[in-house]
Amino acid sequence: MWNYEKRLQYPVNITQPNAKIAQYIMSQYGGPDGEISASMRYLSQRFTMPNRMAAAVLNDIATEELAHLEMVSTIVHQLTRDLSMEEIEKSGLGPYYIDHTVGVWPQAAGGVPFNACEFQSKGDPITDLFENLAAEQKARSTYDNILRVVRDMPEIADPIKFLRAREVVHFQRFGEALRSIQEELDAKNFYAFNPSFDNPCTASCEGCK
Amino acid sequence: MKQNCSRQQLMARINEVSFAVNDMNLYLDTHPCDEKALVYCRELVQERKKLLKEYAEIYGPLTIDSTVWTEESVWKWMEQPFPWEKEGGCR
Repeated sequence: MWNYEKRLQYPVNITQPNAKIAQYIMSQYGGPDGEISASMRYLSQRFTMPNRMAAAVLNDIATEELAHLEMVSTIVHQLTRDLSMEEIEKSGLGPYYIDHTVGVWPQAAGGVPFNACEFQSKGDPITDLFENLAAEQKARSTYDNILRVVRDMPEIADPIKFLRAREVVHFQRFGEALRSIQEELDAKNFYAFNPSFDNPCTASCEGCK
Repeated sequence: MKQNCSRQQLMARINEVSFAVNDMNLYLDTHPCDEKALVYCRELVQERKKLLKEYAEIYGPLTIDSTVWTEESVWKWMEQPFPWEKEGGCR
């Protein structure tokens, strides 16, 4: 269950529309390493976490990602609000405009629609947490790529820097969650079995009958 | 503080304190016995509650729970702008 707050996690106030930049930043809404993908990934994976700490980290980071997708979609909305037809056509936003006008719709910068195949939910906490560590780094790289483009536009760069910094914090917390699970496993072979499925372990670990 | 705080300043303070709560939440998930962090988080949560109440009393509720119920029969939540809106507009 969630409650809504009528504010953004970090303020976004963009005064200059920019169709081209909107098309780039849209990727962090519905692209392969975007915030929808992040939130849906963690919300789906949390059910098979074998300890309370890992489940809490997934649950609470997924919740924060919802706030991030709201920030990114706000950036996209404010960048496309009040665009002229000329700007739309000149910037290359034309094909998007034909299907969505300037409504916010989840797709990658290259136009690929959002799709659940952007993430996995493997039902194995070691597998899932390694994916999440990679996901946070991929999102961080994408924000770095965006920042190189918007570095001279502080009203866009400022919230993007905030979002980038959160990827780093989430990476740290996922690392700690992973360690908490590994500490409860056979130190000689973390991958001997799936702690969320093999109960008692029936996979490859010694002593399994 | 109460009177000379503009709406924007109060919102900025709410954002700051709420962010600190978000970050402490994640930190405490993986460090549940850090006493210093627990004390800090408790102070932040109390401050956040106070600020949300103050905001609701002057400008209207940011959360349903902080709604101030008065004799007026108006749904105050609806009067609050969404955070992406341009000032003075609805979009």
